[in-house]
Amino acid sequence: MKGMRAFLRRYGKNRAALGAAAVLALVVLLAIVGPLLYAIDPFDMVGLPYATPFGEFPLGTDVSGRDILAGILNGARISLLIGVTAALTATTIGVALGALAGYYGGLIDDLLMRTTEFFLTIPSFVFALVLVAIFSPTVASVTAAIAVVSWPSMARLVRGEFIAQRGRTYVQACRALGMPDWEIILRQILPNALPPVIVVGSLTVATAILTESGLSFLGLSDPNVVTWGYMVGVARTALFAAPWMISIPGLAILITVLAINLVGEGLNDAFNPSLRGR
Amino acid sequence: MSALLDIRGLSVEFRTSAGVLRATEELSFTVGRGETVALVGESGSGKTTAALSILRLIPDPPGRITGGEIRFGGRDLAALPERELSDVRGRDIAMVFQDPLAALNPIQTIGDQMTEMLRRHRKVAREEAKERAIEMLRLVGMPSPERLFGRYPHSLSGGMRQRAIIGIALMCHPQLLVADEPTSALDVTVQAQVLALLLELKRRLGMAVLLITHDLGVVAEVADQVVVMYAGRKVEEGEVNDIFARPRHPYTAALLDAARLELSRDGYLPEIPESAPAHPGQAAGCSFAPRCAHALARCRSETPRLEDVAPGRPVACFRAAEMPI
Repeated sequence: MKGMRAFLRRYGKNRAALGAAAVLALVVLLAIVGPLLYAIDPFDMVGLPYATPFGEFPLGTDVSGRDILAGILNGARISLLIGVTAALTATTIGVALGALAGYYGGLIDDLLMRTTEFFLTIPSFVFALVLVAIFSPTVASVTAAIAVVSWPSMARLVRGEFIAQRGRTYVQACRALGMPDWEIILRQILPNALPPVIVVGSLTVATAILTESGLSFLGLSDPNVVTWGYMVGVARTALFAAPWMISIPGLAILITVLAINLVGEGLNDAFNPSLRGR
Repeated sequence: MSALLDIRGLSVEFRTSAGVLRATEELSFTVGRGETVALVGESGSGKTTAALSILRLIPDPPGRITGGEIRFGGRDLAALPERELSDVRGRDIAMVFQDPLAALNPIQTIGDQMTEMLRRHRKVAREEAKERAIEMLRLVGMPSPERLFGRYPHSLSGGMRQRAIIGIALMCHPQLLVADEPTSALDVTVQAQVLALLLELKRRLGMAVLLITHDLGVVAEVADQVVVMYAGRKVEEGEVNDIFARPRHPYTAALLDAARLELSRDGYLPEIPESAPAHPGQAAGCSFAPRCAHALARCRSETPRLEDVAPGRPVACFRAAEMPI
């Protein structure tokens, strides 16, 4: 795997991307082991409300006296879970439809792309909001709603890649060797189209986390779980009285989304070494 | 003995925004078992379209086979269902393309690309496929084939890539190899090596070769039979020595003159004036007439049909009997 090592070396040259990867790893680690080590129910009223950070509770308590650190740790799980699952789902749908449209062209392309454009014309956040409102908010429905609004841009990207690749001689050569379409799509073209898909896919995770936070800020989140957006939403009434209460989950969202974006950009630079040093 | 490949009246159209382009019209020729047939013509003469049509590889849309039969082993490939056709592709008829880098998947190893089709068409186990691929790499003259097996296309030179592509094409021992300008993208020295290799393999494996080329030097070296195409039509056909010794169509004669690179009396290299028509078959008369040194008034109003000037020497020219003039 010499190619892999060269790829990692190129990635490592980008300091910001390297730092972002470390931060992201830390967030993931906290999400996994945090709630186990700091086993406090984020819905429990453990003390007096408005407790300042670094006192009895590491990050203080919120307006109802719930432990903020417990909320942050549990919220990390939900944010990452929803973000990654929604992005994976959106990527799968987008890749499947984009590949078919790009490879076959003609009527299939027209049909799939008009559908895609139909989805693109609806403002994605509003669309997600409506979907969640219709199907009562649960982790599953929020994830599905975000996936539904995220796949069209991926489908367009993949379609473009497939159109660019399908005319290449190696694809014709594969057909001349009697390779069936599905194999050309999955085993020949898709691996060649993968770099931009990985980059956009990782950025989709960041967007998904933001959308999820926005939805839960508005109260459209699973009532059985704590999310960062929900914590921001609850704390907004205490914006001036207790600014840390809103800043801490806000900062968590900011750091996570920023880290994912930087990682995505780092991946992009590592995949396209010629674009570096612009 | 019947021919291995028998193309009869093949017509291919491209529907473009500028109108319908007839890339080949009523094209007929045969390739016998173990024979090498060269399809000759300049850019745009329809020779690559003809080659791609044999395996129905022309992009559709805009391309379409509008008429004719492609008989191979008792079946008409033009009418065969896609499923059955993919069994013919690669197993019975293989193709070699012009640009050796573009024809390889950049992110698969040479070995993977070689064994893939063998395992599909011949149901060969992985280990055996690998052995046969290495054997094939040795056969196409690759140094240290075991190491090359795991290499990626970008780490090979142009000549080596074309050898690898020929190796891939021959993995299933096809009866017919369609080679579309297999040496055009290579250095002259490498060209000779690849040609020699093709000839050697053809002899060893007993396959037929349909060679698409504009290089008459290549034709003289390897072909048994020559089909000359102009503006989508066959204008002359014959045995290679006969064509070179006595071309019967002014176009063939002009091509040969241009290929000899001998200065004419006034000190210029011979050339064929102007270029081939972009939309052949629309104007009346012979499509070569505007560029022909021997055109008569009749050539501009009436289209000459293919007629045998001698047994096995069909020519589409009113003055074929007088040629060379």
